[in-house]
Amino acid sequence: MATKVAVVGIGMTENKSRWDLSLPGLYRLAYQRALEDCGLKSEDIDAVAFGHSPEYFEGVNHPEKWCGEAVGALNKPLFRVHTGGTVGGSVAIAAYYLVASGKFEVVLAISGNKLNETSSAQIGLSTVYDPIMGRQFAAGAPSAVAVQASKYYSQYGYNEDHGLMVAVKNRNNALKNPYAQLRIPDYTLEGARNTPMLCHPLRLADMCPTSDAACAMIFAAEHRVEAITDNPAWVLSAVAVNEGINYVDRDWSKPIGLRKAAELAYERAGIKDPRRELDVVEVYDAFSVQELIWYEGLKLCDWGEGGRLMESGATRMEGDIPVNPSGGTLCANSIGASAMFRKAEAALQVMGRAGEHQIPGVRRALGHGWGGGIQFHTIMIFGKDKP
Amino acid sequence: MKKTELLFLKEDVDIPYNWAAGRYGSLFLTRLRDEGKFIGNRCPSCGKVYLPPRVVCGPCFTPPEEIVELGDTGTLVSYSVVNYPFIDPETGSRRPIPYTLGYIRLDGCDTYLSHFVDETDPAKLTPGLRVKAVFRPREERTGRLQDVLHFKIVD
Repeated sequence: MATKVAVVGIGMTENKSRWDLSLPGLYRLAYQRALEDCGLKSEDIDAVAFGHSPEYFEGVNHPEKWCGEAVGALNKPLFRVHTGGTVGGSVAIAAYYLVASGKFEVVLAISGNKLNETSSAQIGLSTVYDPIMGRQFAAGAPSAVAVQASKYYSQYGYNEDHGLMVAVKNRNNALKNPYAQLRIPDYTLEGARNTPMLCHPLRLADMCPTSDAACAMIFAAEHRVEAITDNPAWVLSAVAVNEGINYVDRDWSKPIGLRKAAELAYERAGIKDPRRELDVVEVYDAFSVQELIWYEGLKLCDWGEGGRLMESGATRMEGDIPVNPSGGTLCANSIGASAMFRKAEAALQVMGRAGEHQIPGVRRALGHGWGGGIQFHTIMIFGKDKP
Repeated sequence: MKKTELLFLKEDVDIPYNWAAGRYGSLFLTRLRDEGKFIGNRCPSCGKVYLPPRVVCGPCFTPPEEIVELGDTGTLVSYSVVNYPFIDPETGSRRPIPYTLGYIRLDGCDTYLSHFVDETDPAKLTPGLRVKAVFRPREERTGRLQDVLHFKIVD
């Protein structure tokens, strides 16, 4: 039987350009804040799960070599995990596994990136494509997601307004989140429609910003939790699934890998009706339209109903299933930290410590992440009550 | 404390690579170059045809050993009209815009090929259109996917 595990401390840096901090300095800040959040000292951490997305962004390979001491991993086990944009989620899940295994009691998960250190994050993202069979035609991440968007809109009779509605919702939510990068007052659908068409059918408004940020979460075994905090976020389930990439009959508008991850996560958390039993959801919406597709993958609605769920208002801050009250990845994207931000935000909601964007009375929250060729998915569900 | 002057260091990195196309990839590219033909490979277990050909059928974890010759027509599965200035990692210079990235399912295969489509008006594009490969002349072909100039809409 696996050890029960809770999140006891969280540290975030603000998402923005950070010319005042080196990469190790950025990681150290997130780690320091996580330690202060739960009153632990660096010597209390048994092991570190370390994440960072493609090294191309900073042009420094093997960053765990450079940043080890900044995350307190001196003469301690340090494990590097890498799944592209999903990495923050994979790292959090790895840290959870390390504690759940019973081999470690208190483990740090930390992940980040400084996207502003490259002249073009999209050149870096183009190098994730197969160099012989596809890189020649792609244009970074936007072109891949635009292909997903074209398929989704056309398949279900939606249009670009449906994605832009997500942008408007999340940008307005971000006004309440001091860690978000895009905090634009009076953001309207009309304004979003007037932004340049960058990768049809995606406009500038449909896309995330380029951020420098790190995020840290401290996971502790059940028998250590009480001495650390009286307000933990218990891990109810943690699931990672690789959907594959150019697999047979792939339908970008139907993320079967996410659906599988969701079904496993709900089963392990004892959730039968996610829309009713979850109180808040944070999804990795690097591009607006993806939030609609993830609603469906996560079974918040049926296949094809994501646009209508958005139209209904159910996923707004005051709706019955709020999604991305933090503003989501659409308002802050360092890539390396983004999938962990989704988990950390979900955990903070359960702890009742999300600040101005706190949803009242949260007992269960889900945090999602995606990465790779729109293929890796991670889900963690947190609960106020010990499982 | 006196305010620190914040510095940053600039460096351009240029590292050449040689990527092995592998046995199936090489067969695919040489047939493309020499004969102007697409080949895929079929999984003996589930019968699905992969293009470009690959070393393993994911669901069956079986090598798709049977080579299948495919035609030059197919269906546009999805697409995007790229309209933002973008540095091509292959050339280091800006790729001309707008251009259309298409995912094409050639007739008789079960996976997709990404390539250029020679139509950049979104009003004229929709998933499901019929497309046909336009090859470069034989003397210009070098054994790359760009030996196909683009796909054109034939609907």
